[in-house]
Amino acid sequence: MLGTEHPNVLQVSDLHVHVKSNNGVNTLVQDINFTLKRGKILGLVGESGCGKTVTSMSILQLLDRKTKTIEGSIVVKGRELNGLDDIEMRKIRGKDIAFIMQNPMNAFTPVFTIGHQFIETIQSHTQWNKKQATEIAIEAMHHVNLPDPVKLLKYYPFQLSGGMLQRVMIAIAACLHPAVIIADEPTTALDVNNQKIVLRHLDKIRSEYGSAILLISHDLGVISEMADEVAVMQNGRIVEKADVFQLFDEPQHEYTKKLLNARSILHSDEPIIHFA
Amino acid sequence: MSLLQVKEVTHSYGSRSIFNWKDRSKKVLSDISLSIEEGTCLGLLGRSGAGKSTLGKVILGLERPQNGQILFQGHDIYTADNHTRKKIRRDLQVVFQDSYSSVNPRMTAERIIAEPLENYEKLTVAEQKRTIIELLERVGLSEEDLKKYPHEYSGGQLQRINIARAISLKPKLIVLDECVSSLDMVTQTLILELLRELKEDFGLSYFFITHDIKSAYTISDTLGVLEKGELVELYGSKNQFFTSEHPVVKEMRGSILSEHPRYRSVRTREKHPKSV
Repeated sequence: MLGTEHPNVLQVSDLHVHVKSNNGVNTLVQDINFTLKRGKILGLVGESGCGKTVTSMSILQLLDRKTKTIEGSIVVKGRELNGLDDIEMRKIRGKDIAFIMQNPMNAFTPVFTIGHQFIETIQSHTQWNKKQATEIAIEAMHHVNLPDPVKLLKYYPFQLSGGMLQRVMIAIAACLHPAVIIADEPTTALDVNNQKIVLRHLDKIRSEYGSAILLISHDLGVISEMADEVAVMQNGRIVEKADVFQLFDEPQHEYTKKLLNARSILHSDEPIIHFA
Repeated sequence: MSLLQVKEVTHSYGSRSIFNWKDRSKKVLSDISLSIEEGTCLGLLGRSGAGKSTLGKVILGLERPQNGQILFQGHDIYTADNHTRKKIRRDLQVVFQDSYSSVNPRMTAERIIAEPLENYEKLTVAEQKRTIIELLERVGLSEEDLKKYPHEYSGGQLQRINIARAISLKPKLIVLDECVSSLDMVTQTLILELLRELKEDFGLSYFFITHDIKSAYTISDTLGVLEKGELVELYGSKNQFFTSEHPVVKEMRGSILSEHPRYRSVRTREKHPKSV
C-alpha cells in the first residue's frame, strides 16, 4: 500500500457539486477544501440539508452523474478520483475508502445473510477463498466485540439490533484496513449506550490501522469526543474550520456560535452532566 | 386521580403453540406500574430493546398486554365499551420517530391534519380549513404549507405536521415515541421548545419515550428507567437521575457524550494541546 508515502491520505480541493433540474442548475456544495491526514479525524458538522452527505457521496463518486456534476479534485493516496469510471471506482470503494452509513438497517440487503454480504465484500477486493474470507470476517467481528461471530454470520440483518448491525458494518469497513473511512452519522440511529461503544471501536480501528476518518455528524457531543479538527458547514459551504479545542473555546463564525448555543439550550441547567 | 395509570403490566412476544411445550416467548415487559399526572411529562429512558416502545403501544391501546391494566382517567382502555373507547382514542395521541412513515405520502398536509378532525369534529369546510391553518401556525408553519406533500418537507417540518395532527383534537396525553431522535441538534432544540410551549398552552401531558438522556432531561418532570422490560427506577424529580447509584443508571450516565473536548473519554490515549 502507498499509505506511508502520502501524509495527506485524502485531499479535497475546490469541490463544487451542481444539480440540474427543471428549474435550472442548483449548487449543492461549493468551495469545499480539506485534507485528511493519516490517523486523524476530521469532523464535519452542520444541520440536516447543509451538504454534509453530498460531500461524502461525491468523494465516493456515488452521485448520479446524469443530473449532478462534480467539479474540483478529490485525491486519495495520490490518486485522482473525480471522473474515474465505475469499474475503477468499485475497486476503491470498500478497500481504500470505506463507508459507514447512518442507518445500518438500510445498508444491508435483507435477503442475504450477514455472512454472505461480509464475505462478498472481502472476496471482491482480495484473492482469498471463501474459507479464508470467513476467517477474516470472524476475526474482524471479534475485534469489535461482537459475541459469537460464527453464529452471527448465519443471521439475517433484521435479526440483529441496530447497534450490533452498526458494529458489523464497522467490522466490514475495517477488515480491509482502508486508508479513509467515511462515517456518515455513524451513531445517530443508535441508542446512547451503544453510541460510545461504536465510537470506541471506530477509534480503535483508527489507532490500529492508521485510517483517517471523515466523521460526519450533527451531534456536537460526537464531534467533541472524536475529532481532531472540525469543519462547520452551512448551506453547502464550509464556514469555519478549526482545531476542535479552538472551535469549542473560541468559535469565530456566527453560525458556529449558534450551533454551540443550540447544544447548551438543550440542557443548560445542570452542571453535573459535564463530568459524566 | 392520575390521568393515566399503568398497573402491573406484563407482556411477552413470541410463539407458543400446543406442539411446543416449552414456553419460548420472550418477556418484554414485566410488572410495570407507573402513573402520569395531568399536565406533567413522564420521560422514559432505556436502551433499544428495553421495551420502551412496547409500553408506549400498550398505553395507546395498540397492543393488549397479557396481564395488568391501563387506566385512562379511571377507565380500563382494553375493557371499556366502544363509546368510551372512542372518547379515549380522542384524548390519546401519538407522535412517532419516523415522520415520513407516519404520514400517507399521497396526502397533502391539509388532508393529513384534517383526518382526525373529520373523524371527531363536525366542522364545515371553511371552519375546518381555518382550524388547520391555525394548527399549522401554532406549530410554526404557514398557510402556504397546506398543499404540500410529505416529500416536500424536511424531517423537522414533517414532525411539526405530525405534532399538529396530534394536537388537533386537543388531547390529554400524547405519547412521544423517540419523536426527536432522528432530527439534527438545532431542529431537536426547536421541536422540544415547541412541545414545551404546547404543554403549557393546552395543559397537555406527555409520555416521552427516548434513549437520549439530554432531551429527556430537558422536557420531563418525572423520569423512569426501563431495562430489559423492568422498570428499574422511577423518579419523582428528574434530578435524582444524576445522583442514583443504580448500576444501569450509572452506566447510562457514563455513556453521555462530553460537552467539550476537554472532558472527552473515547479518545484519551493521545495528548491534546491544553486549551485556553
